[in-house]
Amino acid sequence: MNSISIEGTPKTPTVKFDDQSSTLVIRGRSIPENSIDFYKPLIDWLESYAGNSEPALILNMELEYFNTSSSKCILDVFKKMEGIAKKGKEVSVKWYYEEDDEDMLEAGEDYDAIIDIDFEMIKVEEV
Amino acid sequence: MTDLVYLSKLKTLTEIHEIFDLYDSMERKNIMLSFKGEMSTELLTSILQIIENKLDRFGETSRVKKRMFNIMVECLQNLHHHIAKPDSCDEKDTPSVIVMVAKNVTGYSIITGNFVEGNEVSQLQNRLEEINSMNKDEIKELYKSVLANGEMSEKGGGGLGMIDIARKSGEKLDFGFIPFGENKSFFSLNVKVK
Repeated sequence: MNSISIEGTPKTPTVKFDDQSSTLVIRGRSIPENSIDFYKPLIDWLESYAGNSEPALILNMELEYFNTSSSKCILDVFKKMEGIAKKGKEVSVKWYYEEDDEDMLEAGEDYDAIIDIDFEMIKVEEV
Repeated sequence: MTDLVYLSKLKTLTEIHEIFDLYDSMERKNIMLSFKGEMSTELLTSILQIIENKLDRFGETSRVKKRMFNIMVECLQNLHHHIAKPDSCDEKDTPSVIVMVAKNVTGYSIITGNFVEGNEVSQLQNRLEEINSMNKDEIKELYKSVLANGEMSEKGGGGLGMIDIARKSGEKLDFGFIPFGENKSFFSLNVKVK
């Protein structure tokens, strides 16, 4: 199975897939000026994941910040997850937020309301 | 101690006073950062870094730091992407913008100013007035609806920027337009963060 690994920068998150646990992690800051360029490889990867033989995909969203330019792309990531779920795979999203960051919690709830996948909200001390 | 004014040439007295007045006016308005010039990716990163460091030094809560950072990112990226050139500006130049961050008793103000095309004024004004007429929950619903249904602009924003700024600020957006030249306007925005 093709893996994906993108190192984080001050403006873009770390993206890593662990095939042992079928877990995709998106961690850090997502404030690129052109988010479409950044998210394209990830969207393509998710597209190809839909057709593979893996039984499941867990997405851990561990974002510290994201800008509105990223928010549409993040929605596209979740839409691809919906597509993967429709292929019969077990799909889940874990949305991490820092305990005093109600904005990040609300952001997760916004996506949860739009997307047809159950989100698990996970409160942590530090993302 | 006598009031000592030392100047190399008497004719620069006015200029020196102008510089001091500018400084003094900013000082009295509690401006902690001010920039006028061309916005670039590098500058955007530097300004964010400076503000983050200052907020750390002030011992601000992580909540204020995050809100400030989020709103600064949106404001600065707006400045970077959605600006018009004033007619006096050379075609090959990037137009100037102004960014100021002030600390006041109740919190912070993020102030920006930039030129916009005259024909964009009414659309922007309507959008901002619409946002200002809404309460917290209505802004949240608008954000979700634009996120879910709105078209993505080529820059990726899709009209979410101002909604997000208003949502994170929790205060009414303070804004204004001043007609400039034939078909441009100077747009200023003051976002309060508590």
